[in-house]
Amino acid sequence: MKRRTLLATAALGLGLAMGGSAFAQGMEKVKACFVYVGPIGDGGWTFQHHQGALDVQKAFGDKVELQWQENVPEGADAERVLTQMALGGCNIIFTTSFGYMDATNAVAAKFPDVKFEHATGFKRDHANVSTYNARFYEGRAVQGTIAGRMTKSNKIGYIGSFPIPEVIMGINSYYLHAKKVNPDVQLSVVWAFTWFDPAKEADAAKALIDQGVDVIASHTDSTAPLAEAAKTEGKVIGFGQASDMAEYKDGPRVSSIIDNWGPYYVERVGALLDGSYAQKDTWAGIAGGEVLIGEITAAVPAEVKAEAEALRDAIAAGTYHPFTGPIKKQDGSDWLAEGATAPDGDLLGMMFYVEGVVGDIPQ
Amino acid sequence: MDWGGIDPVILVATLMASAVPILLAALGETVVERAGVLNLGVEGLMVIGALGGFVTAVHTGSPVLGFVGGAVSGALLSLIFAALTQVFLANQVATGLALTLFGLGVSSLGGQGYNGIKPPATGPLLPEALGDLPVVGPILFGHDWVVYFSILATAVTWWVLKATRAGLIIRAVGESHEAAHALGYKVNRIRLLCIAFGGAMAGMGGAYISLARVPQWVDGITAGAGWIALAIVVFASWRPWRVLLGAYLFGGISVLQLNLQVAGSGIPVEYLSMAPYLITILVLVLMSSGRGRAAVGAPAALGQNFHASR
Repeated sequence: MKRRTLLATAALGLGLAMGGSAFAQGMEKVKACFVYVGPIGDGGWTFQHHQGALDVQKAFGDKVELQWQENVPEGADAERVLTQMALGGCNIIFTTSFGYMDATNAVAAKFPDVKFEHATGFKRDHANVSTYNARFYEGRAVQGTIAGRMTKSNKIGYIGSFPIPEVIMGINSYYLHAKKVNPDVQLSVVWAFTWFDPAKEADAAKALIDQGVDVIASHTDSTAPLAEAAKTEGKVIGFGQASDMAEYKDGPRVSSIIDNWGPYYVERVGALLDGSYAQKDTWAGIAGGEVLIGEITAAVPAEVKAEAEALRDAIAAGTYHPFTGPIKKQDGSDWLAEGATAPDGDLLGMMFYVEGVVGDIPQ
Repeated sequence: MDWGGIDPVILVATLMASAVPILLAALGETVVERAGVLNLGVEGLMVIGALGGFVTAVHTGSPVLGFVGGAVSGALLSLIFAALTQVFLANQVATGLALTLFGLGVSSLGGQGYNGIKPPATGPLLPEALGDLPVVGPILFGHDWVVYFSILATAVTWWVLKATRAGLIIRAVGESHEAAHALGYKVNRIRLLCIAFGGAMAGMGGAYISLARVPQWVDGITAGAGWIALAIVVFASWRPWRVLLGAYLFGGISVLQLNLQVAGSGIPVEYLSMAPYLITILVLVLMSSGRGRAAVGAPAALGQNFHASR
């Protein structure tokens, strides 16, 4: 919120300083377009991006025209969709999955006047490409704390989508914080190799439950793991992923990580409208409001809840970094020295487990 | 009993349940293909069945009616396919593919507003005491009724195709529609009924995903199960018991690979994921080696439209 006010003030100041010319660079009306990897109805990742898009509409009303396309495969199809959108008069295009990275940059080269915003990527090959991401691992730290305290079998699980740094840093953060409060905890990781396949996600959750896991975190897009956990009638708990998944509140969902893209989308479209738009790389977390921790339900004892919330607040205040040394890598080599925090570069390229996680990352 | 960190009893019990959607859909498709029709729209039929079943179950509060609703929705959608291919003689491959795309789109539209609702639960059929017996309990007695239905459906399909007059007629139509026509059978009408049956079975399979396996509705929930069902039909060389085997093999390996990961096995996931498909290819190669199409068991008139010109 503050950042937005600041930006608006800055834009105003700039406008006053430069007379009418700065305003002339702004736009009367912006067509904002969104490319989604799954259906809006997934109840998770894509749903939240769409909520962000709707926030843009709410904030600017008639000055913004929205367009979106669901279920766009990552690959050649994405390039076609992006080209069509650019030709169709989109001023700013948000591509909301990691796999759109190359397509986004390729199309951006052909349409220098169109702004491209790529979520969770790192390539900004052209001046009109910006990237944005959220520090989900901060939310994983809170979940790990709850998982470590809540597990009775000392077996916790994580359903991974693809072995990419984004997911691996989530696994590491989740494990480190569970281990911190419960040294006996064991983590099982299952790779589903899909972002969205409810049946497979449910099967993965079932496999974990069959092996005695009683706290499940998922890094896939649907609510299926929670639905599977719900079948155990309270023996197994889980977390909402990407979206609050509040419909499972009276069941297995004890908390959640909510991706809150709205403020960022409003800021960027607003910047395009008032002419202050510039290329940037954003990676905000709990502090910036991009990652919200969903309500911790009554299934969690009050002291655990307080502990988790204290951790959340410490991360928000910037006094605690989820990856603070000493931390060793899985193979026993040193990663972070005592008191050192992980540089962003290490996190964005994280392809190793921390010490204590069992199993190999699929290559 | 423990087997590399995996309990084989639980594994077998799980795979029986997870194979139900593809088993039902593949059984339906077997009958359709034995009648000489290649319906590639199974995925679309399943997803429509998943939605139809979910909506029916939510509104009536009865999971059993939900499965009926799924079967009816699948059958209705398959009638579009039947009309196009049997009446207007459209190309079956193209129509089937279109049916899949259509089904996915319609279900996405019709499913608006059903996200996040929980359907009534489909619980185990038999008393819990039986399900708690060691070994046989989880495998034989711990399932919901659809699992037993799917096995029964396999037996009935096998028996009807093998030993009844109706089965003989269906096979005749699929092997040589000209000959069947000459004998006075209404080829297109028989095929239409088979297509509707296949649609109903696929719809029911889809409903199992949205009502029992995942218990919720999300867009595209079947996520390719229909294509696997199609592969199983070929794998099974159009025989019902082999369809059961194939479905359990596919279901089993997908469950096994997840369980192996949890158990921390060193076998790379990718090999297990591709195993069922490799086996399908292998089976096809072995079965078709040197003995032609008949040896594979493919119906001779598969995929050919029939027009009664004489």
